Amino acid sequence: MSTQYYKFAPHNVGRWVIWSLYALILAVAPLLFKSSLALTMLSQAGYLIIICLSYNMLLGQGGMLSFGHAVYTGLGAFVAIHTLNLIGQGALPLPVSLLPIVGGVAGMFFAALMGYVTTKKSGTTFAMITLGVGELVASMALMFPGFFGGEGGITTNRVAGQPFLGITFGPQIQVYYLIAVYCFLCTAAMYAFTRTPLGRMLNAVRDNPERVEFIGYDTQRVRYLAFIIAGFFAGIGGGLVAINFEIVTAVDSVSSVRSGGYLLFTFLGGATFFFGPIIGALLLVFASVMLSELTIAWLLYLGLVFLFMVMYAPGGIASLIMMNLRIAQFGLLRKLWVSYLALAATALTTLVGAAAMIEMIYHLQLNAALGPQLQFMGVTLDAKGFDSWFGAGFLFLTGLALFEITRRQFLREWGGIQEDIEKELKRREAL
Amino acid sequence: MSQVQTAHALELRDLRKSFGKTEIIRGANLAVRAGERVAIIGPNGAGKSTLFNLISGRFAPTSGQVLLEGSRIDGRKPFEINRMGLSRSFQITNIFPKLSVFENLRCGVLWSLGYRYTFLKFLANLDDANERAEALMQMIKLDRKRDVLAMNLTYAEQRALEIGITIGGGARVILLDEPTAGMSRSETQRFISLIKEVTVGRTLLTVEHDMGVVFGLADKIAVVVYGEVIAFDTPDAVRANQRVQEAYLGSSVADSQAGGH
Repeated sequence: MSTQYYKFAPHNVGRWVIWSLYALILAVAPLLFKSSLALTMLSQAGYLIIICLSYNMLLGQGGMLSFGHAVYTGLGAFVAIHTLNLIGQGALPLPVSLLPIVGGVAGMFFAALMGYVTTKKSGTTFAMITLGVGELVASMALMFPGFFGGEGGITTNRVAGQPFLGITFGPQIQVYYLIAVYCFLCTAAMYAFTRTPLGRMLNAVRDNPERVEFIGYDTQRVRYLAFIIAGFFAGIGGGLVAINFEIVTAVDSVSSVRSGGYLLFTFLGGATFFFGPIIGALLLVFASVMLSELTIAWLLYLGLVFLFMVMYAPGGIASLIMMNLRIAQFGLLRKLWVSYLALAATALTTLVGAAAMIEMIYHLQLNAALGPQLQFMGVTLDAKGFDSWFGAGFLFLTGLALFEITRRQFLREWGGIQEDIEKELKRREAL
Repeated sequence: MSQVQTAHALELRDLRKSFGKTEIIRGANLAVRAGERVAIIGPNGAGKSTLFNLISGRFAPTSGQVLLEGSRIDGRKPFEINRMGLSRSFQITNIFPKLSVFENLRCGVLWSLGYRYTFLKFLANLDDANERAEALMQMIKLDRKRDVLAMNLTYAEQRALEIGITIGGGARVILLDEPTAGMSRSETQRFISLIKEVTVGRTLLTVEHDMGVVFGLADKIAVVVYGEVIAFDTPDAVRANQRVQEAYLGSSVADSQAGGH
């Protein structure tokens, strides 16, 4: 007698819809956004999704705060680009489309090598060791210029080997579709991983490593295996980076700044849900491509966003979405939209005031030679004039006060709605 | 010296444990037969929990031996001891808070069913693991809370889940460290019958303070005082034991007898 537990549960239909939609979005995105900037961003988003998801295997699913994930993407990228050069010289008959796998295997190899040390411990010790390993590899970049290419890095030409069905990977659009295919497959594989015994035990290790030891599992082994698998996917991401940019430099690819970026955006997207890092990866592209164009102070804004996120929404954007979805399921979201509007308006006012002041300070510090005038959102500000500072300060303070008032109002409403949902759940349970 | 004719389910031989200069366990000896239900009692700080920690591998003993069904397990890692057939629960609830009731129980059965560290099989297709987890869930009467996160359960429910995880792997020797700690009278009553029910056919060792529970549950009582097992016998014999009465029991036995035993 074999009973089948949620194998044919109705939500599996929803799963098919979601995955089809995901594939569809990846397929049609470059048809909707046709500019070359859009294509660049989409390509970056594709491999960043893989990298952030692989990072979240450690952070969200395993409770491992790694400060050195770029080591595995970066080393994967270096091995991939050297392999690509071999293909280009005709020394290796490998299609370029399989190059990311080479990167993946490299990432896996290095994760197996270094993870053996790092995953011996968990918690703070683990975090410190990953930081150490990250620094170690970054410093090795200077010791082995043959492999890392020194400051100039390693360059390549991705049009190498025999074209397959006319695909040369010369045009960016072909590279995008290569990335998209890998992105879809890797996302699916990593999602599948969360449904396997090892994936579940990884969650158990995150929640309570001590208990895991008493139900037959070696927590070190669980962490180590997960680390190696995460390294594999990180390496695939690195391989795609190599194809996409045709250059890999140590400063850019294995540095702790890069590792920090993966951590930051995975967290912003939301580590508690599987899809959170996908949002994080999209934000990472927007921040590094768009925001950095918009203002030189973008890292400051990013830092502020991160700060507020950690304080007010530690589950990231994904958890915000899921909380509101839950409310919507009970048909209570309409009660909140006025509050949301008020929150958005007051937050925006505060932001504009703060941003005006930040931009004026940056202008005074960095562009003093251009005179005190600067353009900000279509308005000319005088960084040395009283009016501009007063206006900005006024906006900031009023916005902040109003925001605080609406926030308190919102929290009351939010609490009320949660109570209503609890009551509704009790009522349903009693039926 | 000849081999022991039939190995005991669990045996302690002159077990000792020191923390720094302080010796907490001072030569404990105990031999539990298969299928026996043993309550370990003793005053606070006597070393009952330390004893459990030594047996289950949380700490390594300073000297002496622990034998599980005749094989040495002292100094082995907790997961190795668990794989050999011994499982334990904890005094402070020790579950997986962010996993659902069902997932908690399924984690508890995976190793014993041989799934080890596989990532090439879907959990949803592991019929035996799912059936066993469902059966456990009904046994500990949490089937109505199947998909509730463990952290959102009531205290008594969490204690029940803890027991469920402990027995899930099919271990033949079960250690329960104060399973009814912090429960109300009526909850304790129900819980004791639950423990009896789910440990049928297994060897059970439990640390317990409530004398009513001890005499209701145990076939044998081991009295631990100052890191030694000073008596190990049937409840009646332990009650009558002069040394036990002097050292520890005394008034509480009188109380529980007066309280309707």
